[in-house]
Amino acid sequence: MTQSNTSAVDYNFDVVRQFTVMTVIWGIVGTLVGVLIAAQLIWPALNFDTPWLTYSRLRPLHTNAVIFAFGTSALFATSYYVVQRTCQTRLFGGKLASFTFWGWQAVILSAAISLPLGYSTSKEYAELEWPIDILITVVWVSYAIVFFGTLIKRKTSHIYVANWFFGGFIITVAVLHLGNSMAVPVSAMKSYSLYSGAIDAMMQWWYGHNAVGFLLTAGFLGMMYYFVPKQAERPVYSYRLSIVHFWALVSLYIWAGPHHLHYTALPDWAQSVGMIMSIVLFLPSWGGMINGIMTLSGAWHKLRHDPILRFLIVSLSFYGMSTFEGPMMAIKSVNALSHYTDWTVGHVHSGALGWVAMVSIGALYHLIPVLFNQGRMYSIRLINIHFWMHTAGIVLYIVAMWISGVMQGLMWRAVNSDGTLTYSFVESLTASYPFYFIRFLGGVLVVAGFVLMAYNMFKTIGAKDGSLKAVEEA
Amino acid sequence: MSSFWNIWVWVLTLGSLVGCLILLRWCLKNFAGVKEGESMGHSFDGIEELNNPLPSWWSTFFLLTIIWAFIYIAMYGLGSWSGLLGWKSSNQGILNLAESKAKTSKYLHKESGILVQYDREVAQADEKYGPIFKAYAARSIEDLASAKKVDIDFDTKGELTEQQSALLQAKEALKVGQRLFIQNCAQCHGSDARGTTGFPDLTDDDWLYGGSPEAIKETLLEGRKANGMMAWEGALGEQGVKEVAAYVISLSGRSVNPDLAKAGKTKFGMCAGCHGPDGQGSLALGLPMGAPNLSDNIWLYGGTQRAIEASVRNGRAGVMPPWKDILGEDKVHVISAYVYSLSQN
Repeated sequence: MTQSNTSAVDYNFDVVRQFTVMTVIWGIVGTLVGVLIAAQLIWPALNFDTPWLTYSRLRPLHTNAVIFAFGTSALFATSYYVVQRTCQTRLFGGKLASFTFWGWQAVILSAAISLPLGYSTSKEYAELEWPIDILITVVWVSYAIVFFGTLIKRKTSHIYVANWFFGGFIITVAVLHLGNSMAVPVSAMKSYSLYSGAIDAMMQWWYGHNAVGFLLTAGFLGMMYYFVPKQAERPVYSYRLSIVHFWALVSLYIWAGPHHLHYTALPDWAQSVGMIMSIVLFLPSWGGMINGIMTLSGAWHKLRHDPILRFLIVSLSFYGMSTFEGPMMAIKSVNALSHYTDWTVGHVHSGALGWVAMVSIGALYHLIPVLFNQGRMYSIRLINIHFWMHTAGIVLYIVAMWISGVMQGLMWRAVNSDGTLTYSFVESLTASYPFYFIRFLGGVLVVAGFVLMAYNMFKTIGAKDGSLKAVEEA
Repeated sequence: MSSFWNIWVWVLTLGSLVGCLILLRWCLKNFAGVKEGESMGHSFDGIEELNNPLPSWWSTFFLLTIIWAFIYIAMYGLGSWSGLLGWKSSNQGILNLAESKAKTSKYLHKESGILVQYDREVAQADEKYGPIFKAYAARSIEDLASAKKVDIDFDTKGELTEQQSALLQAKEALKVGQRLFIQNCAQCHGSDARGTTGFPDLTDDDWLYGGSPEAIKETLLEGRKANGMMAWEGALGEQGVKEVAAYVISLSGRSVNPDLAKAGKTKFGMCAGCHGPDGQGSLALGLPMGAPNLSDNIWLYGGTQRAIEASVRNGRAGVMPPWKDILGEDKVHVISAYVYSLSQN
């Protein structure tokens, strides 16, 4: 197959533009709420004695905002863009694509209202109550119709690897959402889970870990497989590697949930299987990183000039780091130290801020000029500043959480010569305060970076058509 | 686990791992039909894919983790099989303490072929720390507590007389008792043991069940359940509640409306069964129901007029859990010595 003339196809970029702009806005909102709750952990008075602003209600708002508002909007935007470009055809479904945009924004808005009001199923990352769950299902099925419909009417003979990952993520998230959200409604905004006890816990973490595995990993690998080779202008390193790591990743990730339930009432064999699959998953996870980074062979010099490529490549480094850290933390004896400490929080954020946010930011900086008929972003310098702010923010964040997490784990298990515990819980909390402050500073840098990005984006959108010319490489 | 689910688990688990092996083996071969290192020949929006081989360190490492997975399953088991080690994290599916003890004593023997990690760790800790607590428990509570008032005026690193090392041991025991108290008792009684509403202050001389070493130890070992003060609202009526409360407040010398108190006194007979005719509490009468002394201006459930009226109106019932099975008698002995020392000033 040779490259056909892309301009001949009348792509549906409207919905891509909508999701792109909202991604940046939700990025600011989600991280801002994160910074507020990080500050509340140091200065509890910041909840202003208002139930709607307490940590317990804002924390799910933060996680829902970054995962489902920011992250998923980024996936909608890029998957709709990538599937059209790599299938050489217009998005299937006509107005249905537009419905997924408005429907998804309605889900986000309902979350932003219902969570602070205290409506929650209390299932982590699945806190939204049943009417919103139904809306999510409707929107998601429409998403699947649009995406797979486009794949079916593609003008290319093969399906490009990015679309395998997008497709895998869309199907699995549907299954996870339906499985875990099964509940008996008792009133308009209250329901009880269909599962109980250890089974409920297992369902929850089957869902919870695969929200990470499929939404935050597979989906964003799809993004990576288009934007890295595109920005680097290099071919993908290894087709065979992409096959083996895709199939191994999707078949192993689904098993990894029980590692959230080590040393609990979950049967021992299930805990063991969770740990085994998490460790076997390590190399397939790294397959994506290798394929992304090695794609740069022969183009390494571009990193010096191109901050967008820098975002993409550093995101892969963080991806590699956290997919190494994850299997290690899934080992029972390591988990005995790390579980329930800030180490977990640090791990999640090295994935979320390092991998998910950075690959999305890089992809959007590539995408925005294309969508709004420009040769480049309004300011390359601001992208560069954003890169350094974001990177510094993550490093502060995760290093602080590593130190504080390991310290907490060690303090909780420290015993005196008579076997009594050396520290009370509150002593470990007091010792964590300095690190909470460093984490807060890291978060402020990340939010500030997002604000810069929004400024840069609106300047690019507002500029006269075609007035921003691509920079010729030196 | 039924045999159906057992087979289900085995087939899916091994199937996934074997599937990964087959996948890896397949992709190690060049099936693509083009030379290694060359483009696959398809282009998507300008993106080409190369047919590079899998990095050998990567495929080796992947293979090793799969092999390790089989070894781990062989050692630690899968489904209803406990594996070659017979390992269990804990005795799962236990419904009560008796069952737990029965399983623990059964599996702790090496010949059982089962290794219960939690029980093993507890047994190891008991073996290691048990003698320390045994030695503390061999001394009386008064003996240990008396060390509180003695200062150490000798070089603890030098040669010690028998008396000196006994003093050091008792001092250490009190410290250990305090740590155990902070970890197990402070949630209710406070880290300074001064209690809070509903939970007695342990540093004063006011006791519900007795402040002797024996009584304290018994309280800790067996727990206490107050007979429970009934709700008097029905019997007394709202006016009666106010009158009795006024009388009770007057018992500790506080000024009250004399008419109310006078009326309350006539009704106090109903209270005297537990609190005694003068409100001096069940302990002073030698009775075990834990009814507080009402004449010392120390108030377990709050001393405001409102709080006292609420106690009379709605009743009260305090519970102290038993610690014998949780901590064992020796540790309870050491905590008792610490608690006893608090009121010995």
